Amino acid sequence: MKHTLFFKEAKPEEYVLLGGKGSSLASMSAAGFPVPMGFSVTTHAYAKFLEEGQLLATILEKVSCIDCANTDELAANSKEIRQMILDKPLPSDVENEIKASYKKLCEKAGMPNDLPVAVRSSATAEDLPDASFAGQQDTYLWVVGEAEVLTNVRKCWASLFTARAINYRKNQKIDETELLMSVVVQKMVNARTAGVSMTMNPINGDRSKIVIDSSWGLGEAVVSGEVTPDNFLIDKIMLQIITSNIQEKNIEHVPDMANKCVVTREIEPERAKEPSLSDDEVIEICKISKIIEKHYKCPQDIEWAIDADLPAGENVTLLQSRPETVWSQKTIEKKKAVTGMEGIINTLMNPIGTKKS
Amino acid sequence: MSKKAFISPYDHKAPEGAEGWKELYPYYMTFHDNLKENEESKFFYCDSQHWPNVFKPFDAMTVEFAVKCLSQYNTRQWLIPPANGIDFKIHNGYCYMSPVEVDPSLIADRVPQFMERAGYYFQNWDSLLENWHKKVKDVIDEMEAITFEPLPEVIDMQWVKDGIGLDPTYHMIQNYDKMIDLCYKFWMYHFEFLNLGYAAYLDFFGFCKQTFPGIPDLSVAKMVQGVEVDLFRPDEELQKLSRLAVKLGLNDVIKNNDIDKALEIMGNSSEGKEWIAAWEEAKYPWFNFTVGNGFYSSDKYWIDHLEIPFEYIKSYVERILKGETIERPTEKIAAERDRITEEYRDSLPDEDAKTAFDGKLGLARVVFPYVENHNFYIEHWSMCVFWRKMRELSAVFVEAGFFPEIEDMFYFRREEIQQLLFDYGRGWAMGVPSIGPDYLPTEIARRKKIIDALSTAPPEQAFNQPPAVVTEPFTIMLWGITSESVEGWLSSEETGNMLKGMAASPGKVEGRARIINSADELSLLEEGEILVTRVTSPSWAPVFGKIQATVTDIGGMMSHAAIVCREYDLPAVTGTGNASTKIKTGDMIRVDGGAGTVEIMSK
Repeated sequence: MKHTLFFKEAKPEEYVLLGGKGSSLASMSAAGFPVPMGFSVTTHAYAKFLEEGQLLATILEKVSCIDCANTDELAANSKEIRQMILDKPLPSDVENEIKASYKKLCEKAGMPNDLPVAVRSSATAEDLPDASFAGQQDTYLWVVGEAEVLTNVRKCWASLFTARAINYRKNQKIDETELLMSVVVQKMVNARTAGVSMTMNPINGDRSKIVIDSSWGLGEAVVSGEVTPDNFLIDKIMLQIITSNIQEKNIEHVPDMANKCVVTREIEPERAKEPSLSDDEVIEICKISKIIEKHYKCPQDIEWAIDADLPAGENVTLLQSRPETVWSQKTIEKKKAVTGMEGIINTLMNPIGTKKS
Repeated sequence: MSKKAFISPYDHKAPEGAEGWKELYPYYMTFHDNLKENEESKFFYCDSQHWPNVFKPFDAMTVEFAVKCLSQYNTRQWLIPPANGIDFKIHNGYCYMSPVEVDPSLIADRVPQFMERAGYYFQNWDSLLENWHKKVKDVIDEMEAITFEPLPEVIDMQWVKDGIGLDPTYHMIQNYDKMIDLCYKFWMYHFEFLNLGYAAYLDFFGFCKQTFPGIPDLSVAKMVQGVEVDLFRPDEELQKLSRLAVKLGLNDVIKNNDIDKALEIMGNSSEGKEWIAAWEEAKYPWFNFTVGNGFYSSDKYWIDHLEIPFEYIKSYVERILKGETIERPTEKIAAERDRITEEYRDSLPDEDAKTAFDGKLGLARVVFPYVENHNFYIEHWSMCVFWRKMRELSAVFVEAGFFPEIEDMFYFRREEIQQLLFDYGRGWAMGVPSIGPDYLPTEIARRKKIIDALSTAPPEQAFNQPPAVVTEPFTIMLWGITSESVEGWLSSEETGNMLKGMAASPGKVEGRARIINSADELSLLEEGEILVTRVTSPSWAPVFGKIQATVTDIGGMMSHAAIVCREYDLPAVTGTGNASTKIKTGDMIRVDGGAGTVEIMSK
């Protein structure tokens, strides 16, 4: 039973132990994409923790009792469960393995014992291999030292039981007994700029385009909607920028190296109005996005960052990729194209340039 | 504030010294005072893409035949539902086009006729096109067979014995008429496939624009473009000759001598003889290739000016010796075309869309080789022979003392040449001097002065009120005239250092601009400069190896400049309206061929 698995070491049959985010990182690493190195604390570790602490029964009981309509009760029970998870000691083999893996990661990165990492939850449930529950679980950035890593792994586990998450699962009728949690521990990217790229145009489902949202600093500002990001529309085939809307981006999340944490700060007015990506960087992100889409054989929603510590040309790093879900499930409203001579007449009657597109 | 309309031709005066210019052109090709109201209600745009310079009277025939023949197919042969022909006028020496729309109430009735007529051509494209090549070759052979010689002292004895009962003036006049007739004929052939070719191309273009909103125009052109193209054969022949020269060790002979001397030296060695044989082989038909666009009597054709291709070979040889690749990257172009096509196709949502894509692209690819290649067969080859024969006739007049220069004949309208012929034959027959030698030189001088005066002023971009929307499909496709571009012209004073045109061939470069006003100035181009000109000719291709990009005033996605630049993988922005006057030689400019913009960075 492996309690931790480095992205590069995980075999495809083990992806099931890593949750959505973790398995995506493992498969991207295996495919040679520029993913910051790291490891997953597997679902086995979580299961073992529940088992040894005899927590499962208690949790299930508390969760099933909760009357979600009663927000006070929900909040109280949620808090109780989370506190239990944070208080229970870790099984020693689990703890040792996490420590060992963190140590190995630190050494690989050339920063013995104090490599800053991101600790992210990566949930899974049997019926929902990618139970990403977007935004329902926590991410802890700029975590330094083994003690902090261990604490934040627990915090991730505990985040499964926020009032919001419990409520969500009740509404979605997700079986609590099948719920498992993996945690990703990954080298922190010193992001100058970060954002998301989608390998289709979400406005109209056009798969010949890539859309990029980007802003200064760590990607949280874009993902959480705290800023209106710069927006680029790119022709995927020609790798040509069709439109770029540069916005005023007022805040950014950046690491505070001294205090080993992330701070939110105002962006000076001049830089706020500057494009957060150069044209070359936009194209580089598109090139990588195209390869990822090809690898997974369906449109992708990709989180990336420009690493300030890496030289131009190799500074794009990938944080996550998942299948685009909205358009893939929707049948695009079709105007059937008129072909043959009728098509030509149609064209002559409505020439290009007379229509506003 | 942008203007609402362009100047009326009735208010647009000729430059000083050009008084009487209207008499140089047929009466039906100029604006008349009593039709003012009617003419001012039409929108005219200048076609400086094909006719950038002021017409000599004879040369106006080219626009007359071309535009009339384009029109006959729209209006009378295919019955293109929304579009009749294109009306045109010559004003102050330049030509202006006005597309003629079909009365909306008549459009529906034309549809079934168009389906039947155009449908027949699309279905039988390859066999009809094969026949087209035969017809054009026949016309060329007929022209080549015609000769113009000075009238003999006496009628040949054999004619007497054969009881011919005619004199050589009869054939001379007939041959002249026949040349005009053959020219008219091949201009009809020019448009036999072209309009339909554009229509099929547009259909695929429109499908892509709708299916992939925001798709660059260029992507569509790249999916359709040909790889083996006759229009590029002349340049390819020069490249082959250059490679052969290097292979045979003739570099120095070619580099250090002019054409005559080089051929003389090469005649003394077996390697030289091998090269000369290849050179002779390449000439026909591929050197029937103009440095202009075929529409002017002043065009220089390679076959008549062998120093032009020879100089290109010199510069190719130098580049080969420097280790450069001079050939058009055909493999790269073909691979890129396949990649682009496959990736757009893979982006389609379903099988229905893929079927439509395949059908439309398939047809566009069937018709497109004609769109590219007709230019060699008509503008280059046929027109080369036509102009050569006309100069042969003019040489007869020069010898007879009518005027001193061969170019002088082109200061007369085509029907006036018949008068010259009668004048010549009449004096010869009567045994008295012809009147021409006494009368014509003064008249030529007067006309030259008018043409020179007209040439001092550039053409207007357009006349009168533009329509709310430009809908004529060929105007949009061929000339790149859209509601948007016309709007841009009207507000062009406000654009500052940014010029907007058609994204004709992708790539971003910065460099020094070089304004080229005619093919004679091409030798001024220096390595790494950006060619800025009113319009290019396909035969300028050999200089494309040393320039970084091309910018033109006028021309659409399908203009010759656009096609050639895509084939040569060179960034280009066409249809900027006024780049060649706004930009000056030496300015640093930034060309973005993918976005269709040209920025003047420093003056």
